[in-house]
Amino acid sequence: MSHVKEAPSGGRDTHPVTAGAARSGRPRGGGFVGLRPPFKTILIFLLPASIVFAIFVLGPVSFSAYTSFFEWNGRGSITEFVGLDNFRRLAGDEIFRGDLFRGGMIILLSLVVQLPFAFGLAMLLHQKFPGRTIFRLIFFVPYVLSEAVTAVLFTLLLSPSRGAVNQFLSAIGFGDVEILWMADRNLVLYTVFAVLCWKYFGFYMILFLAGRQNIPQELYEAAKVDGATAVEQFRRITLPLMGPTVRVTVFLSVIGVVQLFDLVYILTSGGPGHSSETMAITMYDYGFQRNEVGYGSAISIVMFLICLIFALLYQRYVLKRDLQGSVAGAAQSEGRN
Amino acid sequence: MSVLSMRARVSKNIGLYFAAFLVASFIVTPILFALLGGFKDNAQLGESPMGLPSPWNTENYTNVLIDLTFWRQVVNSTGIALATTFLTVGVGAMVSFVFARYAFRGREVLFMTFATGLMFHFAVAVLPLFIILRALGMLNNPLGVILPQVAFGLPLTIIILRSFFRQIPGEVEEAATVDGASPWTFFTKVLLPMSRPVLATVSVLALVNSWNNFLLPLVVLHDSSWWTLPIAVTQFSGQYASDTAKVLAFVMLAMLPALVFYAFAERHLISGLTSGSTKG
Repeated sequence: MSHVKEAPSGGRDTHPVTAGAARSGRPRGGGFVGLRPPFKTILIFLLPASIVFAIFVLGPVSFSAYTSFFEWNGRGSITEFVGLDNFRRLAGDEIFRGDLFRGGMIILLSLVVQLPFAFGLAMLLHQKFPGRTIFRLIFFVPYVLSEAVTAVLFTLLLSPSRGAVNQFLSAIGFGDVEILWMADRNLVLYTVFAVLCWKYFGFYMILFLAGRQNIPQELYEAAKVDGATAVEQFRRITLPLMGPTVRVTVFLSVIGVVQLFDLVYILTSGGPGHSSETMAITMYDYGFQRNEVGYGSAISIVMFLICLIFALLYQRYVLKRDLQGSVAGAAQSEGRN
Repeated sequence: MSVLSMRARVSKNIGLYFAAFLVASFIVTPILFALLGGFKDNAQLGESPMGLPSPWNTENYTNVLIDLTFWRQVVNSTGIALATTFLTVGVGAMVSFVFARYAFRGREVLFMTFATGLMFHFAVAVLPLFIILRALGMLNNPLGVILPQVAFGLPLTIIILRSFFRQIPGEVEEAATVDGASPWTFFTKVLLPMSRPVLATVSVLALVNSWNNFLLPLVVLHDSSWWTLPIAVTQFSGQYASDTAKVLAFVMLAMLPALVFYAFAERHLISGLTSGSTKG
């Protein structure tokens, strides 16, 4: 780790910096001269968190990276170096390629169905009408429940013969409904997606709502004075200024799907016949059930890299624009129209 | 004209209420199904899954509530969540404090390292984590769940706390320092008390994440006496797969603490999630 420069007692650069002060242009903490704590003190504050983070986050990831180059059953010494074999095997693994495809499908469905739905509800709840606080409260409830509870609950609701959903469909006149929500290979992914939506749309709705509330009301008033219709206001003000929030939700959604485990594992264990399996479930299967720890580690590392590379690219090419300030961004897209 | 606009307003709101009620019913129905289902027997469940129970049957609930293993699981979940929260917020606040207020070499790199962790769930690291915990002798030990949860909770905590600590004016620290306060005294006696609302926010997030965690306790806590509620729910539903009403009662009781907690801490939870994901 690095060590700190000797503090010249008059040097402004090495003063303890408070960003708030720096941003507002106030003279930065003049009274701190010579009072900055020695590096030892800083170290004491840094150490507990750094040690825990190093052992339980950085450690496992590095260890995974190492074992992914070996064939190892998880016990004893790690000796059988196989180079990139695990990754080569992964590239040809039907199940793993299926995981990627299914992950892509769920991401696509999220972007096309879940996020627009959450967006619409946020716009709805932004309007002032009696009871909207209660609706907001209700919509967010599923997010608070654990994925375990949610999955068990939906297993019962969706049970083919005795589940409430099929019985309800029968009762409203669809005949004797016995839909195999989670046993039908062609249906299971959509079922899983529906449960995911149930659990998470409230979270995205809350983010959209916060984003909408950050748009200054004056813009709409000015637009009204200029004679803009509601549709025009939505297209020219709301949509562009919601850009940063939309980009963040897309990011969270993708990252979440790549690492999806709990809900799907409890609902279907990835079945039937791998048709709802995710990368994390494949990893769990190899690592914990079949004792192919090297191969499982390779899957972990691929998940890690997908997230990291996606985050870097997203940061570089998509989120970059948000740094220019949302109003400037809106002005830009105005200009393009 | 005013009549027309009023009518327009009412009909607009009718559409609004219709949509809101429709969505709300999709949310509430499954939970209501569990709540009512727990009061039925399986015959009633088969006949009318959504109707009111007749007669109301409290046996399923009381059977769970008089079972000491259930309470043991509640205690496990609570203990692990409280310890996780205390440690996450404690060490997170310490490191956020120096990140926010002191310049030192390597600060940005270190902060970025923590912040990158925000992206990752347990799924990415659980396999090597398991092996490391095994080597440390921490399997079947609540610490084996608590410490990794602290580590994975730190990124969000640090991002939120750092940005809050930065906004506290330098004059406050100056005054304390002139009065002879050490950084530690300033931190514990001035900064933390000033930060109560944001500490509540990060605490709520850590608490909820720990309470709901499934994958880590699943691989770490094999011994059933250490099971937390999420593990217990899945085990219970497997064990009594044919007794749906019984499972529904258990599911309902297992989700109740979260619902009650949400009713009280909703504000903190939502402010934490929105600030965490927009700053992250």
